[in-house]
Amino acid sequence: MTPLSGYLLVAALLFSIGLAGALTRRNAILVLIGIELMLNAANLNLIAFWRYGPHPEALTGMMFAIFSIAVAAAEAAVGLGLVIQIHRHARTTDLDKMNRMRG
Amino acid sequence: MSFVFYVLAALTLAGALAAVTLKNTVHCALALTVAFAGLALLYLELDAQFAGFAQILVYIGAVAILIVFAILLTKGSETPREGVYSRNSLAGLAIAASVFAVLGWAVIESARVLPNETAVPAVTVLQIGNALMGRYVLPLEIVALLLTAALIGAVIVAMHEKEETK
Amino acid sequence: MLMQSDLLLLSRLDFPMPPQAWIVRWLWLIPALPIAASGVISLLRQPRRKLSAGLAVGALSLSTLLSLAAFMHLLNTRELLLHFGFDATAREVVDFTWIQVGTSHVDLGWVLDPLSAVMLVMVSFVGLLIFIYSIGYMERDENFTRFFCFMSLFAGAMLGVVIANSLLLLFMCWELVGLTSYLLIGFWYQKPAAAAAAKKAFLTTRVGDVLFLLGMVWLYSQTGTLLFYKAGAGAIEPAALSALLAQHAGLGLTAAGAIGLLIFCGAAGKSGQFPLHVWLPDAMEGPTPVSALIHAATMVAAGVYLIARVYPLMAAGPCACGSTTALIVVTWVGAFTAVFAALIAVAQNDIKRILAYSTISQLGYMMAGLGMGGAAVGMFHLITHAFFKALLFLGAGSVIHGCHEEQDIRRMGGLRKAMPLTFLTYAIGMLALCGFPLLFSGFWSKDGILDAAKHWSVAKTPFYMLVFGALLTAFYMTRQVAYVFFGARRGKEPAHESPRVMTAPLGILAFFAMALGLMGTPAWPWFRAFIDGRALSFDWHGFLEPGLFALMGTSTLVVFLGLGLGWWLYGRQSPAPEEQDALEELAPMPWGWLRHRLYVDELYGVTVIAFYSWWARVADWLDRRVWGGAVAGVAWAFRGWAQFNRFLDTNWVDGGFDKGCEELASGGGLLSRVQNGRVQTYLRILAAGVVALVAILIWSSRP
Repeated sequence: MTPLSGYLLVAALLFSIGLAGALTRRNAILVLIGIELMLNAANLNLIAFWRYGPHPEALTGMMFAIFSIAVAAAEAAVGLGLVIQIHRHARTTDLDKMNRMRG
Repeated sequence: MSFVFYVLAALTLAGALAAVTLKNTVHCALALTVAFAGLALLYLELDAQFAGFAQILVYIGAVAILIVFAILLTKGSETPREGVYSRNSLAGLAIAASVFAVLGWAVIESARVLPNETAVPAVTVLQIGNALMGRYVLPLEIVALLLTAALIGAVIVAMHEKEETK
Repeated sequence: MLMQSDLLLLSRLDFPMPPQAWIVRWLWLIPALPIAASGVISLLRQPRRKLSAGLAVGALSLSTLLSLAAFMHLLNTRELLLHFGFDATAREVVDFTWIQVGTSHVDLGWVLDPLSAVMLVMVSFVGLLIFIYSIGYMERDENFTRFFCFMSLFAGAMLGVVIANSLLLLFMCWELVGLTSYLLIGFWYQKPAAAAAAKKAFLTTRVGDVLFLLGMVWLYSQTGTLLFYKAGAGAIEPAALSALLAQHAGLGLTAAGAIGLLIFCGAAGKSGQFPLHVWLPDAMEGPTPVSALIHAATMVAAGVYLIARVYPLMAAGPCACGSTTALIVVTWVGAFTAVFAALIAVAQNDIKRILAYSTISQLGYMMAGLGMGGAAVGMFHLITHAFFKALLFLGAGSVIHGCHEEQDIRRMGGLRKAMPLTFLTYAIGMLALCGFPLLFSGFWSKDGILDAAKHWSVAKTPFYMLVFGALLTAFYMTRQVAYVFFGARRGKEPAHESPRVMTAPLGILAFFAMALGLMGTPAWPWFRAFIDGRALSFDWHGFLEPGLFALMGTSTLVVFLGLGLGWWLYGRQSPAPEEQDALEELAPMPWGWLRHRLYVDELYGVTVIAFYSWWARVADWLDRRVWGGAVAGVAWAFRGWAQFNRFLDTNWVDGGFDKGCEELASGGGLLSRVQNGRVQTYLRILAAGVVALVAILIWSSRP
C-alpha cells in the first residue's frame, strides 16, 4: 500500500538525478541520457497519478505516457543522430569545447 | 510503502545514479538500461502493464541500443583528459539539488491532499486499442507522422556527407 | 526752439518805440553768413581757389553791409532818442530758448547796442580788407581753399562773440574763435614750430578759459540766467548785480568781484596779458594775414570786448577808493603787461615778433584804459589799434613777401626805395602806434587812456608806467622801421613791391588809421558819446579842460624822445647782420634778458610744463598698470573661467557621457558573456529558472 507521494518522490529524485547528469557531464551523449531519465521520471509521474487518480478507467494517464514514450524515442533518435554528426565535424563530443555559438 | 516498491525504487535510482556518474560511457548506457528496467517494473507495480511492456520494448529495446551505438560511433568510451565532469559542474549539481528540494517540498506539502489508492483498474489491451483508435486517433496519427519525420531526419542528419571538392 | 522777440529799450523812462527793425531781427545773419560760407568751402571736393575766395569775401562783404546797416539804424535810433531828450543807450535784444528741460530753460540771444555796433563794423570791415589782402598773399600757397575756409569760420565766430547777448553764446563763439586760431596758427602744420605754437596757443588760452567757465557757472548759479539783458532780469542788470553784491565770496571779495576776476582771467588768456601772454609771439608762425586779423585786430581784442561787455559787473559796488577790486586788478595787470611787453619788444629781431609784443603791450593799454576810464576809453583804443595794427601786420607781410620770405630785420634794409607804397603806409601805421600827435588816431586814443590814468583815484603809478611804455613804443618802432626801411640793403636779392591786391587794403587801412582819430578828440568826443549814449556837440572848449594841454604835451614829448633815441641809435648807421645791436653794445646784460623774453617761457618750461609732463607720466602709468591691469585682470579671470568651463565640459560633461557609453558597452559586453555558447550553461540557467518558478508557484498556492 504505497502512498502516491512515495512514487512522486521517486519520480522527483529520478528527475533530479537526470538533471544533474545533464548539467554536469562533459559528454554530449551523457546529456542525452540525462534527458531520457528526466522524461522517464515524468512518465512515472503520469502513471502514478493515473493509478491514484479518480478515473483510472479513462486511460488518460497511460495514453499520455505511451505517447510520451513514442515521442521520446523519436527525439532520442534525432538527437543522437545530431551528436554523431557533430562528432564527425568537431572530432569531439566534449560540450565544453563546443562554444562556437558564443555571443 | 510496500517492500516491493522500495526494492524497485532502489533499483531504479541506483541505476540512474550509476548512469550519470560512471566514468565509462558504455557503463553509463548499461546502467541506464537497468534504470529503464526498474521503471518498467514500477509501471507493472502500478498496474500499467501495457506501459511497462511498452517501456521495455521501446526504451530498453530501442533507445538504449541507440545510445550504445552512438557511444560507439563517437568514441565515447574514451575518457577525456580533463575528466568526465564539465566546468563548473558543482553549479549544475547545486541546481539539480535545488530542483529536487523544490519538488520534494511540493510533494511533501501536498501529501495531505493526495488521493489514496483505489481499486485496481481492469485495463485490457482491447480497451487500449479501442482508445487508441477511437478517442486518441488524432494523437496517434500525429505521433506516426512525427516518428516518420524523426526517422527521415535522423537518417539525413547522421548520413555521411559526400566529399565536397573545395 | 522758440523765437520770442523782445523789444527792450533801456532808457530812463518808458518810451513807445516803433516795432523792432528788420535789421535787429536779422542780426544773426552777420555771423551766420561767413560760417555758412566756411561750411560750403569745406565741402568742396577739389580745391577751387576762385570759388572759395569769392565765397569768403562775398559772405564777409554782406556781413559788412549788414553791420553798416545796423550801425545806421542805431544812429537813427540815437538821434530819435536824443531829440526827445532821452538817454540814448539804445539796446535792442532778441532772445530765444535754446534748450528746455522741464521748467528750466537755457536762453541765447543777440543784442544790438553801440558797443556791439562799433565792434561789428570794425571786425567785418577790417576782416574784409584782410581777406582781400590774403588773396594776393596766399596766392602761391597750395592750401588756399583751406585757408579761406578757416578764416571765414573765424570771422563768423568772432562776429558771434560780438553780438552775443548770452554769456553762454559768447563762450561758445569764444571757444570757436580759439579753435580757428589754433587751426590757423598751425596752418603750415608740417613745420614743427607751427604745430607746437598752435598747441601752445590753445593750451595757454585754455587756462584762462577754465577760469572763465568757473565764473560763468558761478554767475548762472547766483543769478539764474546767463543773458546779459533781459528786460531787467539779465545777469548784469541792476537787480542781479545787487544780489551778487550782497553775497560774500571770501578774501574780502563780493560775488560780483570774484566773478568779475574769473571772467577777467579768460580775457587775460585771450588778450595775452601777463602771465598768459606767452602764446602770442609764437603765434606768429601762422601766415601774416592770420596774424593781422586774429592776433592784432580781432581775436585778441575779444578779451577787451568781453570786459567792456560785462563792465557793469566789473564796476559794481565801488569801494571808498572809487573803483572796484576787479577793475583795480584789471588796471594793474594791463599796465604791467604794457611795460613788460614793450621792454621785450625792444630786443627782438623778427619783424613779426616785434609787432606781436607791441600788440601785447597795446592790449595792456586797453585793459588799463578799461580799468581806469571805463568801457568807452578802452574800446576807442581797441578800434584805432585794430586798424593801425592790422595795417602794420599787413605791411610786414608785404615786406616779407617782397624780401622773398625773409623775416629777420637784420637782413632787411633800404626797402624805402624798393617798396615805396608799403613804406608809406607802414610809416603811417607806425606813427599811429607811437601816438604821433594830432594827425594820427593812436595819439587821441592813447591820450584818452593817459587822461583816465592821470585822474585815477586809486594810484598814480599806472600813469607813469603807461607813459614809460609810450616811450618804449616809440623807441622800438623807430628801431624796427630804421632796420627795415632805411640804411643799406642787407638782403641777398633785390626786393620788389607787392601787387595791387595787397597794397590797396594797406592804403585803405592807412586812411582810417589817420581819420579815426577825429572820432575821439576832446573837441568832439563822438565815440565816447556814442558808447555812453550822451548828447554831443562840437566844442573847441573841450580842449580847455584843466591838465589836458599838459597831458598832450607830456605825451608828445615822450613820443619825440622815443623817436629821437631810436633814430640816434639806429637811424644813422646801418649795421651788418652779424654786428652787435647798438643798444646791446651799451647795455649787454639787460639786452640779453630782453632778447630772451625775460625768460618767462623757460620758467614755464621748468615749472608748469615739467609738472605737466610728470603728471602725464603718472597718468600713463595709472592707465597702463592700474586700469590696464584691472582690465587685464578681468580678462584673465574670464579666461580662467572659460578654461574651467572647458575643463568641466570636456571632463565631466563629455567625459560623463563618454563614460556612460563606455559603461553601456562594457555592460553589454558583460551581458554577452552570458552567451558563452555552452549548452550546459543554458540548461543550468533554465533549471534554475524552473526552481524559482516552482518555488513561487508553491509558495503562492499555500493555504
